[in-house]
Amino acid sequence: MNSLERTEASSSSRFQIDFKALGPFLALVALFVLGAAINDAFLSGGNLANIFTRAAFIGIIAVGATFVITAGGIDLSVGSMAAFISGAMIVVMNTLVATLGAGIETVLIGVLLSVVLGVAAGAVNGLVSTKGKIEAFIVTLGTMGIYRSLVTYMADGGTLSLDFEMRGVYRPVYYGDVLGIPVPVIVFFAVAVAGYVLLNMTPFGRKCFAIGSNEQVARYSAIHVDRVKTLTYVIQGLCVSLATIIYVPRLGSASSSTGVLWELEAIAAVIIGGTMLKGGYGRIWGTVVGAIMLTTIGNILNLTDAISNYLNGAVQGLIIIVAVFLQRGDWRRKKSK
Amino acid sequence: MTDAAVHAVNADLRAQTRLSGRQICKSFGSAQVLFDVSIDLKAGEVHALLGENGAGKSTLVKILSGYHQPTSGALLLDDAPVEFHDSEVAESHGVILIHQELNLAEQLTVEENIFLGREIKRGWFLDKTTMRLEAKKLLDQLQCDVDPRTRIRDLSVSDRQMVEIAKALSKKAEILILDEPTAVLTGREVDILFDQIKRLRDQGVAILYISHKLDEIKAIADRVTVLRDGRHITTEPVAGLEKDDMARLMVGRDIKQMFPDRAPGHAGDIALSVRNLSVDGQVRDASFDLRRGEVLGFAGIVGAGRTALMEAIIGLRERSAGTIERNGAPVTIKDLQDAKNCGIAYLTKDRKGSGLLLNMDMRPNLTLLALEKFGRVIIDRKAEEAALEAAIEAFDIRAADRKSKVGDFSGGNQQKLLLAKVMETDPEIVIIDEPTRGIDIGTKSQIYHFIGDLTNRGKSVILLSSEMPEMLGLSDRIAVMAAGRITGILEGNDRNEHEIMRHATGISGKQGVSVHE
Ligand SMILES: Nc1ncnc2c1ncn2[C@@H]1O[C@H](COP(=O)(O)OP(=O)(O)OP(=O)(O)O)[C@@H](O)[C@H]1O
Ligand SMILES: [Mg+2]
Repeated sequence: MNSLERTEASSSSRFQIDFKALGPFLALVALFVLGAAINDAFLSGGNLANIFTRAAFIGIIAVGATFVITAGGIDLSVGSMAAFISGAMIVVMNTLVATLGAGIETVLIGVLLSVVLGVAAGAVNGLVSTKGKIEAFIVTLGTMGIYRSLVTYMADGGTLSLDFEMRGVYRPVYYGDVLGIPVPVIVFFAVAVAGYVLLNMTPFGRKCFAIGSNEQVARYSAIHVDRVKTLTYVIQGLCVSLATIIYVPRLGSASSSTGVLWELEAIAAVIIGGTMLKGGYGRIWGTVVGAIMLTTIGNILNLTDAISNYLNGAVQGLIIIVAVFLQRGDWRRKKSK
Repeated sequence: MTDAAVHAVNADLRAQTRLSGRQICKSFGSAQVLFDVSIDLKAGEVHALLGENGAGKSTLVKILSGYHQPTSGALLLDDAPVEFHDSEVAESHGVILIHQELNLAEQLTVEENIFLGREIKRGWFLDKTTMRLEAKKLLDQLQCDVDPRTRIRDLSVSDRQMVEIAKALSKKAEILILDEPTAVLTGREVDILFDQIKRLRDQGVAILYISHKLDEIKAIADRVTVLRDGRHITTEPVAGLEKDDMARLMVGRDIKQMFPDRAPGHAGDIALSVRNLSVDGQVRDASFDLRRGEVLGFAGIVGAGRTALMEAIIGLRERSAGTIERNGAPVTIKDLQDAKNCGIAYLTKDRKGSGLLLNMDMRPNLTLLALEKFGRVIIDRKAEEAALEAAIEAFDIRAADRKSKVGDFSGGNQQKLLLAKVMETDPEIVIIDEPTRGIDIGTKSQIYHFIGDLTNRGKSVILLSSEMPEMLGLSDRIAVMAAGRITGILEGNDRNEHEIMRHATGISGKQGVSVHE
């Protein structure tokens, strides 16, 4: 960006822009200060690694959601999609153990399957809503039910467990580390960087912004609106598949309750990060911070007795509402200046 | 009572100043757009506000009606200081503004919009019957035969504007401000509006009227105030001013030549030919040729199918029949991308709804249509900035702050930006739909000369316009459409208003088809 121009902009508006961009970061810092004050163990390396590793799931899914929401859509099916993909992975890998043995090949086939399913599920959401001209909210509400019942059906109402031997082979994907950094955190970071570049620096990202701002203008600007929108759902599916690949070795099982409410956490992370729910403006780094914030809240509640851990959802909900309120307050000031 | 008698009765009311602004200043961020502007609105008088695009007219009237707060200066209502914290306070004092941009809820019906926030109730429930009747009465007054139950999104822009006016009338305005109400209206609708304005004026309402159409100012206004670059230039009776005088006061110089010179016989080979093109229910069997370096005008009344034909050519609308040739070779155009690859660009008449991303600044808007030019993998921001620099220069775009949203731009600057956006694709053929809607006279002339430059460089232009002087002043040939058909292509001496009207109404030329919506 042209720094000269930045300085030329009025000082008051510059302050506002900076404040808006920094808002989520400041809130996260405040949470960390709070955590450290409540319990010394909060800042220990182990606990921090724990927070970031857990944040990786929601975070990776939320990066995908940032694309969908920026382009003016919504995807409610991600939690069910994750459950369905993990169920399918477990079933296929368990079957393959008999023929291929519990080795890397089996894991790779499972991973490949996950990616194919994620892309396909995303494409279904995207194509049905664009070609069928049905609102994304409704389409993904439908597929949310479909994916969830598919996993229930595969598990016959119970739980699908990964073959014991397989767990040992697959384990490092979640529990391993590179130079002390947990693998999920590395994947999360890579996804975030890729997402940032794609959303902010490429024609595709620019088109997402344009479509979310005004579809009609996008159409008159020779943008293939349906194609771009469908691609955002495919990206979302891919992100869900990546998150699932990391998730399976952690739990080693899938059931009808896997991934319940993940869609809300993902959307919450996106919104807390400053992306506009009505589309046209998205921020990947905000989303990353949002995901970390949500996990940190749960973690702090675990470390203190002041509020019951069972109220985790209530506190998260409160934070989401406050975050959106603060953002709107900002719009207000801007309008009436 | 006769008109004269009414005037006489109101003579004493007349001198009375109702609302005035004193030394109004207004800044947005660091950009000051109004400097010490004062204005008086008197009962029973139509006061016109004139100025170039971006002169600050809309800003001033928004301050007068409580939508903006002045940075400094004061408002007086009946000579007593008032503060309009928001538009509701102003409305409670009878100050009603009809915005330049339409402000209707698209999903709601006409009647719901008219009574939005002021619903008539019976007990706890909405009194829909009364509201419908009232709405109908208001629309009848405007001779607008729109069903009050229609949703706004299904109405044409001019009908929407009439609904806006009906809404304002229903509010019993004492001070009525109209910000470019006629930019989207047809001639007949303008006459109806003027009748209403005169009726209100005779009832003692103070009226402030903004328009870029100097004929209208001559026809309706008693006094005129001219703004230039946010400063008050003059306030004087309209009677003593000619159109040229007004233009000079606005622009600050003489506009010597409104239209570019057109050297006869400069047209070259055929660049585009359209054969037997039809669109179901809208266009029937349209054929024409466009030559290199020529401006081909398309005239016709609203609904004649001009926009439908153009959108069908560029692939935005489905064709039911017809072929298109570029430089003699057939081409397939299925969508706008194909059209772009064929060197055809389209400038929409709806610059806010389909032209520009109002919530973004200039740079992404400028490059959106030609994005691949700025990098297929990663967008080259430096190149974008450079293109913006060049466009600002070439099209004389005047933005106080380069980072502000284009939604805050004046209409003229939005139009220039839209033109710049379309020209980024470096087209050979430009289809321009209503290039000067809501544009001031100086900028109009700039745009006309720009179109002239294009043709001098061998590009071809198709011009759709509802303004006759523009059509006649720019076009080499004029195709006239009526009821979905091209009823004639006028050349040479036939290029006159009379012939155009004859063809547009179907008196002359081929018979049209009946058009079903
Ligand atoms: N909300 C805003 N924020 C920043 N700048 C603004 C805002 N509103 C208007 N401006 C700027 O103020 C100047 C005056 O705009 P205004 O809309 O009053 O012009 P206008 O005389 O009504 O023009 P037009 O004839 O095109 O309607 C323009 O330069 C415009 O860009
Ligand atoms: Mg204006």
